Amino acid sequence: MTAIGLLEFARGPALWVSLAVLAAGSLWRIAGIVRLGAKPDLSEPRSTRLLAGALRGIFARMIPRTEFRHRSKLGVWNGYVYHLGLAVIAFGYLPHIYFIERLTGLAWPPLPGPVVYLSVGLTFVSLFIALMERLTDPVRRLLSGFDDYFSWGVVVLPLATGMIAIQQSDPLPLAVHLLSVELLFLWLPFGKLAHAFLVFASRGVTGAALARKGAPL
Amino acid sequence: MTERARSVLDAAKAPDARRAAREFVAQAGRDAAFQLEACVNCGQCADACHFHLVTGDPRHTPIYKLRPMLKAYQREAAPFASVKKALGLAPPEVTAAELHEWSELLYDSCNLCGRCTLVCPMGIDIAGLVRLAREGMAAGGFAPADLYKAAQRALDTGSPIGLRWPALKRQIELQEQETGLKVPIDVEGAEYLVVLTSIEIMGFPEIIGALARVFRQAGATWTIPSTGFEATNVGVQMGSREVAAELLQHIVDAAERLKVKTVISPECGHAYSALRWEGPNLLGRRYGFEVVQIVELLDRFVREGRLRLRGKDTRRLTFHDPCQLVRRGGLTEAPRRLMDGVSANSVEMPGAGAANFCCGGGGGVSAIHRAEGLRFAAFEIKKQQIEATGAEALVTACGNCRNVLEEAIEHYGMTMPVLGLTELVAQYLEPETRAG
Repeated sequence: MTAIGLLEFARGPALWVSLAVLAAGSLWRIAGIVRLGAKPDLSEPRSTRLLAGALRGIFARMIPRTEFRHRSKLGVWNGYVYHLGLAVIAFGYLPHIYFIERLTGLAWPPLPGPVVYLSVGLTFVSLFIALMERLTDPVRRLLSGFDDYFSWGVVVLPLATGMIAIQQSDPLPLAVHLLSVELLFLWLPFGKLAHAFLVFASRGVTGAALARKGAPL
Repeated sequence: MTERARSVLDAAKAPDARRAAREFVAQAGRDAAFQLEACVNCGQCADACHFHLVTGDPRHTPIYKLRPMLKAYQREAAPFASVKKALGLAPPEVTAAELHEWSELLYDSCNLCGRCTLVCPMGIDIAGLVRLAREGMAAGGFAPADLYKAAQRALDTGSPIGLRWPALKRQIELQEQETGLKVPIDVEGAEYLVVLTSIEIMGFPEIIGALARVFRQAGATWTIPSTGFEATNVGVQMGSREVAAELLQHIVDAAERLKVKTVISPECGHAYSALRWEGPNLLGRRYGFEVVQIVELLDRFVREGRLRLRGKDTRRLTFHDPCQLVRRGGLTEAPRRLMDGVSANSVEMPGAGAANFCCGGGGGVSAIHRAEGLRFAAFEIKKQQIEATGAEALVTACGNCRNVLEEAIEHYGMTMPVLGLTELVAQYLEPETRAG
């Protein structure tokens, strides 16, 4: 297969298949959990504002509570760097906006190139710090398994291939970049990366349960 | 129900990992599953756990304590479990050896205090999941022997230490002599039913006299039942809903027999969780009465002007938050308002309220003999918190906390009285005039 042929494959069938797996896998995972069912809570609630509690749970946990901030390790703050960095790269870079527009028809003004390039650098460093912490911190090392490391690799790969593909006229680097993104789409519903959507359910469920008791979030 | 509860105790005689695994899976309903699936292994919960902070042992990371439950869930019930099983990618079955090891992690080194829940960026209620995981451990026969023995005594006598009505009756009589007030027993139609814990009855019986003074001034009718007076619920601590339901039923029966409007949950954290939050779900029906924690009631009476406080304690006092009342139970402000009412010089610990550290004995840990060393070690953090306040006396609203704190204070050679909040409030009630 030629480089052009590979790019066409990446832009065509590979993209649609990976997006279909992303959608179906995510729905399957959510449905598989929902089908487990929940019993009604028969205790008398202190508050019935459960939706507000769920929303509060979702947003409040975006930053650590004051009482825990002084103990926060580098990893806690580093998490913000690569999450925000990835968001800036994915949604602020002009070629990515074109890509999204082609798929959905939605577009928005891009961020200036230097901002995106700086984000790429920071995110790359930040992700390697995250890996180092996972490998060296006794708690994270004990907790971590194949899923954690593979998911890390699946996130780093599009970043690395994307850096190589920047301002290249050769179709091969772009094809490889697209395929690495598609690998991310394929893996996301099945591993730890699914926290991208599971986080809302988990925080929401706990937020509602604690609100029901009037307990602190 | 009694037979089902007793059958749980038989599990200890022949531990069975498969039975435990089945129960882990049964406990992983929708909400628990969303939380088990959401963990990103960030390890932030380790820094919230006093057991991890004092030992530095990574196995004491709260989320790690859930590994057997997670494995069983991923193997049998998770969304892609069947596919993973077919491909040979599912986790292996949990083993008896693994569960014996995890018994220390799920019981000795967890107070169900919920600090981990508060810190988790994914919003995972880790303490709530540990409570569920204990159901599997208890059903499989892997809970600590001390808890099975306490459950046996509770099922036999109603009390985990084997305390029966004559012992309570004697303490009531002594308190009647002490206060000159009559303590109503088995009064039908009383507004409030007071239940107590064995720790209070034997260790802090002054609470009975304090309650007599409180109810007299508030002008409320109350009663203590001669059966169903025990609020301690070892079933909730060990993780057996059958045992927990059986014990709760005694209280519900007493409340219904005496036709009371409100049951007062005593100064005990886990008794509050059991009675207030878990009870209706364990019994499978809503109560026909209200459950109010004693601190909540005192605060209500004071705010309504039914209790009149006079004078204040001038010592430097600090309040220890019982985890199940405050962090897990939502009673953060009520004890503080009461403290302000009776103390002229109360100071807060660092992280007071939601993030206060546990005494180290909650969640049944104080009843596990083999965990004593770890419990005293964990108290080191509480000790630092207390010392940071420069307090002369500690106040709390849980008999178990009080007992554990007193033991630890003695262990560390500290000299600090530990007071019960209800007794402190009763001490500063405006004296009753004869006409009044």
